[in-house]
Amino acid sequence: MTVKQQSVPPISGGTPQPPLVEDEVSGAFVGLAQDAEAIYVAPNWKLVWWRFKRHRLALFSGIVIIFISTIALVPAFFSTQIPHETSATQAFIPLQGLHFYDEDGFNLFVYDMEGQRNPTTLMMEWVPNETKKIPLRLFAKGYEYEIFGLIPTNIHLIGLANPESGDQFHLLGTDRLGRDQWSRLMFGTQVSLSIGLVAVIMSIFLGVLLGGISGYFGGLIDLIIQRLIELLQSLPPIPIWMALTAALPRDWSVEQTYFAITIILSLLGWTTLGREVRGRFLTLREEDFVVAAQLIGASKRRIIFRHMVPSFASHIIAASTLAIPVMIINETFLSFLGLGLRPPAISWGVLLQEAQNLQSIALAPWLLLPGLAVIITVLTLNILGDGLRDAADPYS
Amino acid sequence: MAQYIIKRLLLLPILLFIFSIIAFALIQAPPGDFITSYIAELAASGSQMEQAQIDALRAQYGLDQPMYIQYLKWMGNILQGNLGVSLDWQKSNAELISERLVLTLLLGAFTFIITWAVAIPIGIYSATRQYSFFDYFFTVFNYMGVATPTFMTALIIMWIAFKYFGASVTGLFSPEYIAAPWSWGRAIDLLKHLWLPALILALDGTARLARIMRANLLDELKKPYMEMARAKGMSEWRLVMKYPVRLAFNPLVSTIGWYLPLLFSGSLIVATVMNLPTIGPMLLRALIVQDMFLAGIIILIYCMLAIIGTLVSDILLAWLDPRIRFEEE
Repeated sequence: MTVKQQSVPPISGGTPQPPLVEDEVSGAFVGLAQDAEAIYVAPNWKLVWWRFKRHRLALFSGIVIIFISTIALVPAFFSTQIPHETSATQAFIPLQGLHFYDEDGFNLFVYDMEGQRNPTTLMMEWVPNETKKIPLRLFAKGYEYEIFGLIPTNIHLIGLANPESGDQFHLLGTDRLGRDQWSRLMFGTQVSLSIGLVAVIMSIFLGVLLGGISGYFGGLIDLIIQRLIELLQSLPPIPIWMALTAALPRDWSVEQTYFAITIILSLLGWTTLGREVRGRFLTLREEDFVVAAQLIGASKRRIIFRHMVPSFASHIIAASTLAIPVMIINETFLSFLGLGLRPPAISWGVLLQEAQNLQSIALAPWLLLPGLAVIITVLTLNILGDGLRDAADPYS
Repeated sequence: MAQYIIKRLLLLPILLFIFSIIAFALIQAPPGDFITSYIAELAASGSQMEQAQIDALRAQYGLDQPMYIQYLKWMGNILQGNLGVSLDWQKSNAELISERLVLTLLLGAFTFIITWAVAIPIGIYSATRQYSFFDYFFTVFNYMGVATPTFMTALIIMWIAFKYFGASVTGLFSPEYIAAPWSWGRAIDLLKHLWLPALILALDGTARLARIMRANLLDELKKPYMEMARAKGMSEWRLVMKYPVRLAFNPLVSTIGWYLPLLFSGSLIVATVMNLPTIGPMLLRALIVQDMFLAGIIILIYCMLAIIGTLVSDILLAWLDPRIRFEEE
């Protein structure tokens, strides 16, 4: 009575399907797994993995996501400056191109930026001074920080080759307070990505709990939960989120606001997952292996957690992967409007607040770059999620 | 059919009642009320209010009464067509909202038309010429469309228009028409400004709809009746247009139910960025200064629009697909 046994009856129910070898999709399994025997005995997750591997773009997206997640784990390592550090004399510096080669071969450096005041507008204008190179190096010493708040170190991915020189460099330029945008982007990645993840985990919890109850017990409970889902889904999400986040007390700490926002996002976000879980429960309840488990006398809890949950876990993972980018975009919306996270917290939305109106974009278009981070992350998560969803049902 | 529609319409008051409670609870949720934030504002500018004055203000706006009485009063007034007064603007809410609401609906309608007019041909093309160059192109375009937050598109287009054309593409009217009464000139001026935000908003929806249309059509194209019609010598174009496209419409119509609310509430952010005179930016401001009655009305309007969207899609779907009407009866 383990999960493996489901690989014989098809999940979709009905008449037994012809051997998998004959259909187009599993044809590739044979190529990978050498013979049909391997498919019959392979556990569910292995079938999913074989199928997922064939989706090259999804695989590539997965690698990009792993890279972005690494940044989210140790943003300080990737940053070049303390993200809150302001410097009035360094405001609105444009991008400083990273150079890898010069006449001597490989050499990591940036050109120094020189500020000149425009005599008519009185604005500072920064131009690269091509005669002065600021040498950089990988794994350079920079400001002190702690990895996971435990291991103190001062090594950064990239930094000044000789920190004593007092030079400054800003890969992605600076904002109106002279803060280094690259470093802020790294820390923003941590907050934005984790807020999406935490909000989805809460949604999964609510969705699996309520959707599972609804699908397993049916009857009146099912009816009530279904009406609740319909009601929540017919609410316009953005105005409701805005009203809820606007209601958060202004004097709350960054952590309190952070968790409040994840709760607010998942409050309306669990319904899609709830429906998905309920649908799966309804079809699985009729499956032979569930009936068999019931006849043997397995407890309800055992049937749910040992037999039913594993067989739709892959669907839940795929659906959650697709839910994360939605949450990330919503958090960005709210913070961008000034209702979500507030400075001194750093998230992509907070960073984009700096580019909220035409004046600031006209003056400093590089402040739009955090938006690119949003687009790349959402794009790769969507492709990854699509790939997982296609792979989640190896019998389709 | 009539029975089905009546059944749906009967649900409306119940939904409205629930939504009005939610809207009221939302505007009551922030700690303090408008008077508290007004006092704070006054204190920030150095002046003060007497306690008696504060109490008088609270009494005037009924803020000193228990919650359920405030709700009943609020709802009773709305049902009588009295939308209340904005504490922040010192004007009646009806006056503040009416023109903005018209513009919001107009923007929504324009966006909706663009979305469908663009998404359906793309969907049909991609499905009938699967794996062609343009199919891949549209797939990439669709992924990008979904991944780019609408306000990013708006910001980028605003920047490009400013940098390369020297134009400021914000607002819905030219300066001389902003406060002018309605006239032909004003309407034409509006159309000149409306297409760009509508196009920006449509990008996101187009991407989603085209993907759905493509998937639906691909399912239909594999069915045996296609072979049959081909074997009988039906021309490919007529065949595709006559059967699978019509069938693929059904799931598409059901998307109106969630697309319309998404469209109206999604336009809120673009409207804020592009400084459009719709109800969205007004809600944002009302929420920030705790102008609760105005915020409440606007949230209720958004809820109404969402209900109407679902209703329209349900009715259209029942009209299109007899299976749905008969199942309900």
